[in-house]
Amino acid sequence: MTSMQKLYLLIPLAPLAGSAIAGLFGWLIGRRASHWVTILGVAVSFFASLMVFRDVLDGNGFNGAVYTWLTSGETRFEVGFLIDRLSATMMMVVTFVSLMVHVYTIGYMQDDPGYSRFFSYISLFTFSMLMLVMSNNFVQLFFGWEAVGLVSYLLIGFWYTRPTAIYANLKAFLVNRVGDFGFLLGIGLVLAYFGTLDYAAVFAQAPMLAGHAIELIGGSPWSLMTVICILLFVGAMGKSAQFPLHVWLPDSMEGPTPISALIHAATMVTAGIFMVARMSPLYELSDTALSFVMVIGAITALFMGFLGMIQNDIKRVVAYSTLSQLGYMTVALGASAYSVAIFHLMTHAFFKALLFLAAGSVIIGMHHDQDIRNMGGLRKYMPITWITSLVGSLALIGTPFLSGFYSKDSIIEAVGLSHLPGSGFAYFAVVAGVFVTAFYSFRMYFLVFHGEERFGHPVDSHDHEGGKEDDEHGHGHHGKPHESPWVVTLPLVMLAIPSLVIGYLAIGPMLFGDYFGGAIYVAERHGAMEELAHEFHGAAAMALHALTTLPFWLALGGVAVSWFFYMKRPDIPAMLKERFALFYAVLERKYGFDDFNDWFFAGGARFLGRGLWKGGDVAVIDGVLVNGTARLVGRIAQVVRHFQSGYLYHYAFAMLVGVIVLMTWFV
Amino acid sequence: MEGTPLLSLVIWLPIVAGVLVLATGGDRNAPYARLVALIGAVAGLVVALPLYTAFDPMNAGMQFVERKPWIEMFNVHYYVGVDGISMLFLLLNSFTTVLVVIAGWKVIEKKVAQYMAAFLFMSGLMNGVFAALDGVLFYVFWEAMLIPMFLIIGVWGGPNRVYASIKFFLYTLLGSLLMLVAFIYLYNKSGGSFSIQDYYGLPLTMTEQVLIFLAFFTAFAVKVPMWPVHTWLPDAHVEAPTGGSVVLAAIMLKIGAYGFLRFSLPITPDASHHLAGFMIALSLIAVVYIGLVALVQADMKKLIAYSSISHMGFVTLGIFLFNAFGMEGALVQMISHGFISGALFLCVGVLYDRMHSRQIADYGGVVNRMPKFAAFFMLFAMANSGLPATSGFVGEFMVIMGTIKVNFWYAFLAASTLIFGAAYTLWMFKRVVFGAVANEEVEKLEDVSVREFLVLAVLAVAVLAMGLYPLPFTEVMHASVNNLLHHVAQSKLY
Repeated sequence: MTSMQKLYLLIPLAPLAGSAIAGLFGWLIGRRASHWVTILGVAVSFFASLMVFRDVLDGNGFNGAVYTWLTSGETRFEVGFLIDRLSATMMMVVTFVSLMVHVYTIGYMQDDPGYSRFFSYISLFTFSMLMLVMSNNFVQLFFGWEAVGLVSYLLIGFWYTRPTAIYANLKAFLVNRVGDFGFLLGIGLVLAYFGTLDYAAVFAQAPMLAGHAIELIGGSPWSLMTVICILLFVGAMGKSAQFPLHVWLPDSMEGPTPISALIHAATMVTAGIFMVARMSPLYELSDTALSFVMVIGAITALFMGFLGMIQNDIKRVVAYSTLSQLGYMTVALGASAYSVAIFHLMTHAFFKALLFLAAGSVIIGMHHDQDIRNMGGLRKYMPITWITSLVGSLALIGTPFLSGFYSKDSIIEAVGLSHLPGSGFAYFAVVAGVFVTAFYSFRMYFLVFHGEERFGHPVDSHDHEGGKEDDEHGHGHHGKPHESPWVVTLPLVMLAIPSLVIGYLAIGPMLFGDYFGGAIYVAERHGAMEELAHEFHGAAAMALHALTTLPFWLALGGVAVSWFFYMKRPDIPAMLKERFALFYAVLERKYGFDDFNDWFFAGGARFLGRGLWKGGDVAVIDGVLVNGTARLVGRIAQVVRHFQSGYLYHYAFAMLVGVIVLMTWFV
Repeated sequence: MEGTPLLSLVIWLPIVAGVLVLATGGDRNAPYARLVALIGAVAGLVVALPLYTAFDPMNAGMQFVERKPWIEMFNVHYYVGVDGISMLFLLLNSFTTVLVVIAGWKVIEKKVAQYMAAFLFMSGLMNGVFAALDGVLFYVFWEAMLIPMFLIIGVWGGPNRVYASIKFFLYTLLGSLLMLVAFIYLYNKSGGSFSIQDYYGLPLTMTEQVLIFLAFFTAFAVKVPMWPVHTWLPDAHVEAPTGGSVVLAAIMLKIGAYGFLRFSLPITPDASHHLAGFMIALSLIAVVYIGLVALVQADMKKLIAYSSISHMGFVTLGIFLFNAFGMEGALVQMISHGFISGALFLCVGVLYDRMHSRQIADYGGVVNRMPKFAAFFMLFAMANSGLPATSGFVGEFMVIMGTIKVNFWYAFLAASTLIFGAAYTLWMFKRVVFGAVANEEVEKLEDVSVREFLVLAVLAVAVLAMGLYPLPFTEVMHASVNNLLHHVAQSKLY
């Protein structure tokens, strides 16, 4: 094993070791040691990732097995790593954000009785996520995929005494399982037709199976690639919360804020995006699947953005924003702009983690009140949180020169150049989404940091999810807000820096150089990225050019309208709410997905289960067959026992009759 | 070691230990009974270990064979041996016996010696079932093992134990009678042999094969249990004491599935192929239908019992796919289910011992009082949901991979367990473990004792080890499974 290979092993194992120590011996070593050991583990992992990243930039890479997990028939399943520019980039993002979140957690969770447990979980998450991105095969991918789901489940339900939290985590797990159901079938088809689950071998064979058709329903042939890609994408729809499997993500905000930043914004939810990018050699073979991906992404990008406009819980605004941005990434995937999707994934990881952590800082400052209607004017009390939030929001809405601008504008451009069916709608959705994004982002920003100070007298009309009193943390007093300790603000600053500059620095090499090399494959006929490259004349020129384009003005418009609505004329949104009560109600009910799922799927399954149990097992099988047989035997016995009367003359008489019958028979 | 009758030791040592336990007498000597039982169980496991270490994975045939005439008049032999299909079950059984003895240490206060002895007898007899290569010997072990289980449910069981034990007994007895008929037919047909392996090469017409298949099917399907002859299992589990449930779920159910592999497939290969669609249909019904039924159970043990049936559906599904993934997946699933269902029943036992209730509704917020227990229970619940890195995933994954090669829609139905399995397990977990402390009873709960901790920890290690590194388990199966697949692929029609 070379020293580089040892490093690869160290990267996932260091956080795992930290997690195991904090989780199993947290009670013994205490809180400080628990956070130090996990932070150390993740820091080691981060610096090792940096070294790997530099090594990869030098053109090195790795694709090999660590150990053989299982063999069956002719097939060998291995646990192994694929280190290329794609995985190295993901490793950097994951370990960096994770490190920031670990530090932040010291401040955020300081009073929590489950302190060590929390650190153990987030380190375990880091391990799982790293296994996912570093995998060189589908089984390990699935392992990481489900393992991050497990940790997400544990963390959403971290405050397990809250009914909402344990409802949310069950929901998250089950909705993800629906996605994984498709994902596993997709993997199964890959294995059935390729005979291997090793990425490299599968990708090498893929072009040969491109024309292969299978019959699923009746006699109609389906392209194998389309079926595989759509099934795999169903997994991504669960993990990356794409319509209609998006329903779990808003509820996942029940978890502590650091994990909302780490898991439900920056890393885990982007696993689906990463997966599709990793599978680009397969997706490129099916335009149908790409169209499907693009349309689903577009629906998510636009319609989840709408929901963000009416949320009053600070975390939920950011959550819907995350859904919408994941939709953007998905649209990019559909347009074969995989590198752009990963680019947006990266910039989004920084600014969205920043926004979540800033929201957490606000929540600490507000003594665990999350309702933005109770905030206002916080910029005076929380200057660092204020500035960093502003940076995050500006990056998110795509302000030229900031990171989000470069990635989002590239997505819009790439979609505009796509010719697949559905690209027209997708283009409309991502452009309109710019206005929506700017509106909800700055609605929140203005309501939290500017305007009148509304804290101290909570709004009476608590809606069912916003502004819940925090039973674990609520200290009951609503004193003045205060800036958070340095462990909280330092990660904010550390994340604000890349949110500002990473787009400017990285767009040229990452999108238009040969950055991803062989890691991402784009077919010749999907030329959006190539055309984009022709129009690209440097990052500064791109930003200046953007000032004359529609998205920029839409974003500006969104900011202006939100300022006008919420700072100048707060009566207008109130009036609109009344005027368009029906529309508002639809948004309030989140388009009715939760109600429908509860009624149809959860209720339907219970109804069926009860019917099969009472009707099938109890009534028919036990009632008629089993006990019926027993009764029948009983009844026959009832009759037959009369023959055993015990009276001698009965027996004698029967014998006589018998003898006569026999005699007549034989004689 | 050469020349040691290893298998006989594995079979008879627990039985001799059981006799010794009985010899300790009444409950005044209960501490001795426990100690002797533990020594016997551990010794049983120790003597079983060489079965793995000295096993030759390259050899597809029977190993550790012993053959002596028993009833010469009918050419019956005491004939035992193991191959890659049966060997792991003897280990699993001996392992489970140790856990069950420890788990029953304090809980059982009445008729301790008899209780412990029953488990040791059962352990030895079940080892005999897995090792027997003679039809009569198999049948004797098969029937004999029912008696201790019948007693365990009937004597140490719950309030409705009489109904449950009689249902259990009649169900399984009815099935096995037809199996005996099949043996006698095969005995005549083969010219007077009870050696199972002699039947493998015996040419049979399709009608004969189908009838023999169905005769075996009634015996094995009840045992697995397959839908629709499964209704004895929830009742038996609910009434059985914890140890009984553990052995029932972990080992006894496996004997049915093992029977398909040892008898049905090799003796009637053509009928097996002919009826594969039927078997797959029943298996898929078990996975989906039972999964839904499990969802609405209010009793934890019933829920886990239904979950067992659903998981065993994967086993029978895998067996009748006739490919390596399916068959090895079925075997892996059997071993894994032994760990997981055993662990889950132990978890319910831990709660039952404290609260004397199995109703989900009586619990809530257990984690507040029993965090260590909750962590174990979480692991096993996740394993039951088939989470990767636990053993529960490996078997399901292999079977689904095997199924999709045969038919996409079979795999579609089978994979629905990803959703249903998680739904019923985690919903129960949520209601029992999570939440605020539900009532005063829960408030009074105490976390697991050292003894309970040990038992659960051992199983946790097993579940994780098999999930992270299943290779050592499957390696020993390959040769025998390939051999069987090869054999089943060849027609015996003449």
